[in-house]
Amino acid sequence: MTHMPVLSRRSFVIGSAAVGSGLALGLDLPFGGPGVVRAADGSPEVNAWVVIRPDDTVVIRIARSEMGQGTLTGLAQLVAEELECDWSKVTTEYPTPGQSVARKRAWGDFSTGGSRGIRTSQDYVRKGGATARMMLVQAAANEWNVPVGECSAASSVITHKPSGRTTTYGKVVEAAAKLSPPADVKLKEPKDWRIVGKGVKRLDTADKTTGKMIYGVDVTLPGMLNAAIKDCPVFGGRLKSFDDSKVVAMKGVKKVVKVGDSAVAVVADTWWHAKVALDALPIVWDEGDNAKVSSASIAKWLEEGLDPAQPAFIGNQNGDAKAAVAGAARKVEAVYSYPYQNHATMEPMNATALYTADKCEVWTGTQNGEAAFAAVLEASGLPADKCDVHKLMLGGGFGRRGMTDYVRQAVTIARQMPGTPIKLIWSREEDMQHGRYHPITQCKLTGAFDADNNLTALQVRLSGQSILFSVRPDALVNGMDPAAFQGLAPQGEAAIGYSLPNLLVEHSMRNPHVPPGFWRGVNVNHNAIYLECFMDELALSAGQDPLDFRRKLMGKHPKHLAVLNAVAEKIGWTTPPPKGVFRGIAQHMGYGSYVAGATEISVTDGNKIKVHRIVAATDPGYAVNPAQIERQIAGSFVYGLSALFYGGLTVKDGRIEENNFDTYNSMRISEMPKVESIIMPSGGFWGGVGEPTICVAAPAVLNAYFAATGKRIRSVPLRNHDISFA
Amino acid sequence: MASLTINGKAFEIDAEADTPLLWAIRENAGLTGTKYGCGIAQCGACTVHLDGAATRSCGVTVGEAVGKQITTIEGLAAGGMLHKVQQAWIDNDVPQCGYCQSGMIMAVTALLRDKPKPSDADIDEAITNICRCGTFQQVREAIHAAASA
Repeated sequence: MTHMPVLSRRSFVIGSAAVGSGLALGLDLPFGGPGVVRAADGSPEVNAWVVIRPDDTVVIRIARSEMGQGTLTGLAQLVAEELECDWSKVTTEYPTPGQSVARKRAWGDFSTGGSRGIRTSQDYVRKGGATARMMLVQAAANEWNVPVGECSAASSVITHKPSGRTTTYGKVVEAAAKLSPPADVKLKEPKDWRIVGKGVKRLDTADKTTGKMIYGVDVTLPGMLNAAIKDCPVFGGRLKSFDDSKVVAMKGVKKVVKVGDSAVAVVADTWWHAKVALDALPIVWDEGDNAKVSSASIAKWLEEGLDPAQPAFIGNQNGDAKAAVAGAARKVEAVYSYPYQNHATMEPMNATALYTADKCEVWTGTQNGEAAFAAVLEASGLPADKCDVHKLMLGGGFGRRGMTDYVRQAVTIARQMPGTPIKLIWSREEDMQHGRYHPITQCKLTGAFDADNNLTALQVRLSGQSILFSVRPDALVNGMDPAAFQGLAPQGEAAIGYSLPNLLVEHSMRNPHVPPGFWRGVNVNHNAIYLECFMDELALSAGQDPLDFRRKLMGKHPKHLAVLNAVAEKIGWTTPPPKGVFRGIAQHMGYGSYVAGATEISVTDGNKIKVHRIVAATDPGYAVNPAQIERQIAGSFVYGLSALFYGGLTVKDGRIEENNFDTYNSMRISEMPKVESIIMPSGGFWGGVGEPTICVAAPAVLNAYFAATGKRIRSVPLRNHDISFA
Repeated sequence: MASLTINGKAFEIDAEADTPLLWAIRENAGLTGTKYGCGIAQCGACTVHLDGAATRSCGVTVGEAVGKQITTIEGLAAGGMLHKVQQAWIDNDVPQCGYCQSGMIMAVTALLRDKPKPSDADIDEAITNICRCGTFQQVREAIHAAASA
């Protein structure tokens, strides 16, 4: 390769600035206090999490974002469980990041990614509910002048057992809000849960069936104008010039503005007018050296990283794998690869900003309210008490909306038109070509067998892109990206499920200029394909059944093994499949949850796949809402198999080639079988739900495809192998 | 200016005849339940009914829609009652993010008008909307539930 890709440093600045510009404050989770704080309608807060109206309506505050994954409902269940309130009277609202910062981050972390929405806030939101319940019961006891120990609460009703007197939360909330919170709060035992663990209906469905739900793209403000934008198609390139004289007279056009150093936007009365004018606008880009980069040049650079002579970070090591491979009776080797993928949320990126000399407000769908808030501070130049972000329903997130590039752009445009609300909407083409892509990697795997056909060593050498290097360099450990080893780590929330006498897992970090991001499942997507397809290759070499071969290596990993056994049993692994049907299996761990998948497929003409059955199991520790977990499992198979069959982005002249759903397709209902979910929470830990299962989708199909055809596919997408859905 | 009939109401729309109907519905008529997803009639998020037929409104111009009965998701409920498809969507907890569901529901209501008891094969053929959340399993269940309601 003649040209070494250059990484844009801009994303570095964004990531670190988010920490520095007003959010580096202490965390002070309040559970109530002497001063009564009131919601906008005048109802008192019992504490930051719970507002109760006189009519007994319970308003539960949710800091994490809802993007379809069900977290809004799940978190409300956790609060309601401890609050002992009437579930039918529960409603939710988002506090704003500005309100949270003004109250010393009263609602904790807003970030909704890494399948953390529930598992990293379950403790304090339950405590919020329990504290509020104790204060409400205390208020009733005070009013009745009886010992609080004689009173109890259920379904928003407080009862004094000896006298049989009752009252409701709405009647005592004013008094409760004035009490000091109890010092000692005990949470319920999981066995006593009655709302948590139930597949209650989502709280946000009705408006999604009538068109009433307002997403970011639907925001309308008085006097609002609309903006369409084009950023330099080559990442890291710049805007050289544009000729607005060609478009300023076009219908509806109000202004053409430069956005940062790499983008231009047309502002018009309607978005359609803005887009038509933008398409007609002559723009000259300074594409820079990155314009020389192609998929082929990236692939060659990554391939060089597979060479053991190149430097690499070690993520997991025991024994001496190199020596064991050198002395092996038999060696198995394979090279795999995984491409760029776009999130392709159904709702393209958008944000609405209103900037005045002393205030800047933004309305947007974001997975990270606080990061969006930090972006507003930075782009507006205004302090925290002059800014806020109003979160709206996300038309899909999948990791993309944890980034704040589109928020920054909207504020940058609005700052050039003070007093006028500006709604910026990306076209689908802009969204496809300015993603924060699933990183590109290659992987060389080597397995060593001794003369007795025992697997003695495994080497996994990853080469490719680090997300953290670009997005959160502060999270690197001496330059190493620990997340690159997701599912291959020695222990922790993404541990490998196999014990090997000699193991070496390395990462040769190579960061092309195409910006990476957290894409549902993140690094488990490729790591699970690499490890689980190669496990099948090793089993084949050993002449053993893929399931039996795995089991022998999993004795010290009972939770990994349990989900694997569960899918094997349900798919009927030990009984022959129907004629012409073939099976594949895979297991992995990510986000603290154990997952496994098994599929049954048939193949026509060697290249047309019909997926007949999918069985998937997860052990997330606790299952807050099994109905929603089932939907997350099924949905992640759609997302994962779309990427496997139709996905994969290519780079030409430094830019992403695919620009809409005709070139970056997604599965349809006809291609998707029912997913048979097994939810088997074993308790004692809190794992994630939204992402973990996605990673077993692809290897379970690829392993079945091998069983059907004897052909081992080692790169994604299948369309590059002329393989499609039947 | 163009005269459009949307959900039985007359709208005087200040848009050029070649404006995609989708944007006239969203920006001129102010009905934002119809969603923009791709602009090239691939994803189906913008599906509305034109004289009863499911149509991707990003691929139809305002000029072509003049004189036709346009029905959007906002016009589906009648007399304060949800359409049985909307009710089935609620009963089966179908939506995840929900962004594609307006278009999905409009496609399904048109299917059920033509085929009141669709088979799985009928569903596979008629429902080609993209849902990135992957709600297909619940969509299929809810279609059957609506058909037997």
